Amino acid sequence: MIDVNRRGEVWVFAEQEGGALAEVSLELLGKGRELADTLGVPLGAVLLTAADGETGAARLGQYGADKVYLVEHDLLRHYQTAPYARAVCELVSAWSPQVVLYGATALGRDLAPTVASALKCGLTADCTDLQIGDHTPPGSKELQKNLLLQIRPAFGGSIIATIVNYDRWPQMATVREGVMVMPQPDGRRRAMLVRHAAAFDGFRPPLAVLESERRAKKVNLKAARVIVAGGAGVGDKASFRLIWELANCLGGAVGASRAAIDLGFVDKDHQVGQTGTTVRPALYIACGISGAVQHRAGMEESAKILAINTDPSAPIFGVAHYGIVGDLRVVIPKLIRAVRSGAKAEQLGEPLAPPAAEAGGARG
Amino acid sequence: MGYHCVVCVKQVPDTKGITGEAMRDDGTVNRAALPAIFNPEDLNALETALAIRDGHGGTVTVVTMGLPKASDVLRESLFRGADRAVLVTDRRAAGSDTLATSYILACAVRRLEADIVLCGRQAIDGDTAQVGPQLAEKLSFTLVTYLEQLLELRGRTLRARRNLGHGWEIVETQLPVLATVLDTANTPRPPAARRVMKFKKARCRSEVEQAVGRELAAAGDEEKAAEAARRCGALAERGLLIEQWNLDDVGADLAWCGFKGSPTKVHRVQSIVLAGGAYREYPASDPGVAQLVRELIEDHTIG
Repeated sequence: MIDVNRRGEVWVFAEQEGGALAEVSLELLGKGRELADTLGVPLGAVLLTAADGETGAARLGQYGADKVYLVEHDLLRHYQTAPYARAVCELVSAWSPQVVLYGATALGRDLAPTVASALKCGLTADCTDLQIGDHTPPGSKELQKNLLLQIRPAFGGSIIATIVNYDRWPQMATVREGVMVMPQPDGRRRAMLVRHAAAFDGFRPPLAVLESERRAKKVNLKAARVIVAGGAGVGDKASFRLIWELANCLGGAVGASRAAIDLGFVDKDHQVGQTGTTVRPALYIACGISGAVQHRAGMEESAKILAINTDPSAPIFGVAHYGIVGDLRVVIPKLIRAVRSGAKAEQLGEPLAPPAAEAGGARG
Repeated sequence: MGYHCVVCVKQVPDTKGITGEAMRDDGTVNRAALPAIFNPEDLNALETALAIRDGHGGTVTVVTMGLPKASDVLRESLFRGADRAVLVTDRRAAGSDTLATSYILACAVRRLEADIVLCGRQAIDGDTAQVGPQLAEKLSFTLVTYLEQLLELRGRTLRARRNLGHGWEIVETQLPVLATVLDTANTPRPPAARRVMKFKKARCRSEVEQAVGRELAAAGDEEKAAEAARRCGALAERGLLIEQWNLDDVGADLAWCGFKGSPTKVHRVQSIVLAGGAYREYPASDPGVAQLVRELIEDHTIG
């Protein structure tokens, strides 16, 4: 546990995937830069690596870090909970940062709670936004200024909770991938390198990794301009082919709700939502997706949302810009035909009268 | 031989079931209207423990922290094959965040014999996935998150496959171990009819007291206490009294429990309002769909 330290730095844990910096860590440097500037303190990045490792420290500087805290040790070649947690705890105890951020990845969600438990400090999981703000604890008149406001969905996304952590520092949070905007790297920026020799004398890692395989995600939903997503309403795996066809015809990617994944329609890599990928494409087409809050949390920032559903009261229409109430098995083939002949749209026959209905808040 | 497994489980509101009935008129979710269920991945943790006992012998003890009502998930665990069930309940634990919860659970687990502690990866109400790793740290057990397959258990050595989402790894370590279990690890066995018949009457002390309070509403406190004690004794004789521990029983330091022991505090809660999206509706006809596509092309969303 460290003392409340108002001059403490803002830190980002720099996660590495197969030797390269994880995208979420670079995204966090963008947000971290903003928080550090608001607080008027430096932004630090924590990089743990093997002694001969490619450090990536220069890139951390280009993405916004003022300092890179580097711990090099053979025990840190590959991620393991115990040696990594130990190194992070040592750094935090030595430099007393006020904020430490981690990506809410498989690694970050393993490391951060272990560190929080050891330091007896707070940790908020899966934040979707971070701000600096004030808080007055209930039953107290003492205004706590400039705290990290940790904003996250809870209860399956039905509420948004803002969490603060004013008395036991550092203030720590994990942040979901893809929710913070990737900053533009500045090739001229340089970070100061702070080397730390961690005390691993006599430390034996409790666990041995015998075999491992990492696979690249088969789908890159985050990069897709158009996403066509299917839910339980698609009905069966054979009908899910329609989702693929529409996505192919739009040059888009295939997404899915948790329900569609659970029903085995498509692989988990395609999952959009709170426990899947957060996306913000130019166009998101939700087919047979009722729009559970968990799903909406992962797609409602899309520029345009088209919902196709037989149930006009499905919550997905509450976040949609365009809606078609109808059976996707009928509507999607029509959409495909219309897109294929899109360039010749005027040849489709009589132009349609203004949209049949201007649906409003009554539907929700 | 055999292994002592402790499974930490949680009763949660069924957030998957957020549908019309749980919605208030203003479009926010009425959490009290959500049915309380066994956290899904905790069932996978329980199944892992039961499979270890099937293969190697030993015991399966299920622990939950919550209100007396959380005894539901303990009964459910007994139906499915758990040997022993412990409820940790105490008003002073209210407001515990993940750090305080893991502290209290650690105090409870230390009072049990445990070679292996199993937790679901995460609970569907908070989705934090923090209590498992924090409990491992507090117990000084080796942490194995995202367990998908227990490959081998021989002597004090455990070998398991972890699924990291973007890949997997096979790890080997020595007991004691705390593992968080994924929903893909197994298919939880259903409740066994004979065990349901036996354990459906299992109750914790607070539940007995509540029932007595209802049934003997007019009686004096002493009479109620005596009746509750008599019923608890009768249940205990038949092996149907669910053990109930408070913070004193587990030897917890109150400074680390409940609201006071929780570094994270809620600053603000906003309900998500589902209603109110203004969207343009297009008919599901050829001309309707064509019109929509034309508009999407015209504003350069597609094409």
